Amino acid sequence: MTTKAPPTGPPRVRRRRLAGAGVVIRRRLLVAVPVLAATSMGMFALGAASPIDPAQQYAGAAAFTTTEENLAQLRANWGVDDPLPVQYARWVGNLLRGDLGWSTSRHEPVTSVLAARAGWTLLLVGVALALVLVASVLLGTLAAYRRGGWFDRALRSVAYAVQSMPVFWIGLAVIALFALTLGWLPAGGLTDLTATGTDPADVARHLVLPVTVLAISQAPWFVLFVRDAVAESLRDDHVLAARARGLPGRTVLFGHALRTALLPFLTLVGTHLPELVGGAVLVETVFSLPGLGAVTVQAALGADFPLLAATTLATTVVVLTANLATDLGYAAADPRVRLDD
Amino acid sequence: MGPKRTDGISPDHVTSRSVRLPALLGIVLLVAAGCASPTPSTGSAGGPVVVATAGEPDTLNPVLNYGPDGASLIFDGLVARDARNQLVPALARELPQVSADGRTVTATLREGVLFHNGSPLTAQDVVFTYQAVLDPKVDSTLRSDLDMLASVAAPDPSTVVFTLKHAYAPFLQRLALGVVPAKAFAGQDVNKAEFNRRPIGTGPYRMTSWTPGDRLVLAANDRYWGGKPANPGVVVAFVADDNVRAQRMRAGEFDAAELPPKLAVGFDGQGGHRVHRVPTADYRGVMLPTGNPVLGDLAVRRALNAAVDRQAMVTGVLGGAGEPAFGPVPPSSEFAEASVAGRPAADPAAATAILDAAGWTPGADGIRARAGRKAAFTLMYPATDSLRKELALAVTADARKIGIAVSPQGLTWDAITPRMKTDALIMGYGTPYDPDFVSFKLFGSAFAGQGFFNPGSYRSATVDAALQAGRDSADPAARRAAYATFQRQLAADVPWVFLTYLQHTYVVRDTVAGVTPRVEPHEHDVANSIWWNVHTWTKTP
Repeated sequence: MTTKAPPTGPPRVRRRRLAGAGVVIRRRLLVAVPVLAATSMGMFALGAASPIDPAQQYAGAAAFTTTEENLAQLRANWGVDDPLPVQYARWVGNLLRGDLGWSTSRHEPVTSVLAARAGWTLLLVGVALALVLVASVLLGTLAAYRRGGWFDRALRSVAYAVQSMPVFWIGLAVIALFALTLGWLPAGGLTDLTATGTDPADVARHLVLPVTVLAISQAPWFVLFVRDAVAESLRDDHVLAARARGLPGRTVLFGHALRTALLPFLTLVGTHLPELVGGAVLVETVFSLPGLGAVTVQAALGADFPLLAATTLATTVVVLTANLATDLGYAAADPRVRLDD
Repeated sequence: MGPKRTDGISPDHVTSRSVRLPALLGIVLLVAAGCASPTPSTGSAGGPVVVATAGEPDTLNPVLNYGPDGASLIFDGLVARDARNQLVPALARELPQVSADGRTVTATLREGVLFHNGSPLTAQDVVFTYQAVLDPKVDSTLRSDLDMLASVAAPDPSTVVFTLKHAYAPFLQRLALGVVPAKAFAGQDVNKAEFNRRPIGTGPYRMTSWTPGDRLVLAANDRYWGGKPANPGVVVAFVADDNVRAQRMRAGEFDAAELPPKLAVGFDGQGGHRVHRVPTADYRGVMLPTGNPVLGDLAVRRALNAAVDRQAMVTGVLGGAGEPAFGPVPPSSEFAEASVAGRPAADPAAATAILDAAGWTPGADGIRARAGRKAAFTLMYPATDSLRKELALAVTADARKIGIAVSPQGLTWDAITPRMKTDALIMGYGTPYDPDFVSFKLFGSAFAGQGFFNPGSYRSATVDAALQAGRDSADPAARRAAYATFQRQLAADVPWVFLTYLQHTYVVRDTVAGVTPRVEPHEHDVANSIWWNVHTWTKTP
């Protein structure tokens, strides 16, 4: 498929580069449907194979005093004893009407669980990702520029050290330092406990430590990758040529070397996203944030498949979107990549 | 499907980005630094009381099992419990009247009680509450506790009449359940009602906001029938992780927090805090199934009962926050039978004597055997419960000393449940309110092998008769006699080796006055914790 080049001007280059993006997006959407269907079917098949009784989980400690008839009645109310195809058809039917079902572990509609919590997880992951990208590109490039220098060696030691620390441990250490010893920042929660509303400044203050911990825990991978990639590309022909032409070091470093190195980095960001979400679950636990992490664990333990299916689908959508964004980003960043054929 | 590479030359318009990147990072750091200002302490006098707990309710509707034993802060039952867990009238003007045949219970409502939304409490609200629990369409597990209740009616706006299927002596204990306003549910499915997140009660506090996973904010109900609360409100912070809760308590965020014993110890010598070790009816023990070929032998069960070192478990496993257990009725209960209490320390000499007399002789490896069968069994525990794991290991070590080989196994509940008829299990539960509540199903032969009710299939005609007499008879002396028989028979048959009663440990700041701990049941979170009477607490600077 070919697209005619737009008529004139500097925007021409950029527009042509993303030409065909619409087709790619449409094609991806078509693929997404079977992927999502397969994912959700997998969730329900797992649910059928699971030996966990959702009614007993729902009863909690009261399972000890609850009669078998009582539990059977609960299961009947929820329809969890129906044959798997019946449950799946009912779930898909409701989904098409915009109803994600009833969460047995949270005892509220799945949509309200997501509405109340997904935003906080997205905010945490989004800000942490932005921080990681900016910091890793900057630090990695600087380290690569003076490879083997004191900054490079120090950065690599710190990166390896941080990578070997569990997120949980970093979180508790950061709380001990910044919340207990120095008293600069709150140790957890979304707002001050006695606050009357959800003031953005208050929330921002409470998110500084969680975002920083998540960013720090995920950064080593990215930093080391950027450093190696830039160091590699500093020896590429076009970089050497740029240097030989007498361009300033900074221009060569950021304009030539980094630019080449950034391309594989984009892919890395896309594939690393699920890991970032996994880290967010732990960070939410340490900092008592009301995100999706804790409820997902609870849903898995309580055989709450409507909620699990919804969070799994949401994650799948995010990963598919990230892949698409990566590919479009590739096309924008690398002129050799074309979407339109 | 992925992007395709074609040959091309890299155009150079990236130079501007080299300037933008550090600038952007600088902005991010500035924002971060700007946000960083010192944490204000919540310790200001006269502010709300801030408490922290791990357990968060799924709903705030009493019908769906929120605070069924009362002290739920937002709701009141017909009756409540005082500091000694004795029943006192609450929404009922005086304790409800029980008819001579024990099958009709009549309550007269207190006058002038208002719900938080201003509507008056009527008998219809009480009827609605109990009918909702009994309704099979409602997802309530409390139905099992009220299986003796035939019907409930309101002959007039201030009278409620409960009709029972059979006489049930502790019925009044079941009336601590919070009463909900019937009108709030008009035309709604109780399971999915908005009310479950935004409750309206008659209690000392009304709900301001609830962010699940974060906090529950309650404001004082100035029109509370029991008197205006002594503080302007309560904030309950939900912090699931024990270490984080301890750190935040140390940072001064909470006035009171529940902490595991070993973390609470750190606050013991620290100025400004007090550690409360609250006695409970929450026991841990080893359930010994009669279907196991080794444990089916009474001598083995008695020997194990003598061999376990309960005192060492209290000191070592519980960090001192507990007491030895010898039966399912806690020592704090008026029904406790003192004669069943044994030695807190192990008595290996008595244990080996029992085994020798029964013909279990030690083999070459030190493990006893009889008629070719080794004295060995599997002891299961829920793998995620570190306390039960440590108890299982302690039992294993104690049993080994008398020549019994125990293999402890950490499993998930779905793996444990099918094996309960033949393998031993570390179990725990307990309520301080009435011995009938748990024990009737746990030790009655009619419930043998039914899920968590009597999983070891213990059968004793004496125990069955005593448990039945305990619920049939309204006479306190007769009930005490029945439960004394029950406890003695249990001690003789040893269907369980009871190990310890736990103590719930709380750290409370010295600035809080009015803390009155009372004996707690297994279940405690927002409702029924040390802050059961938080409406009388005051804070000083």
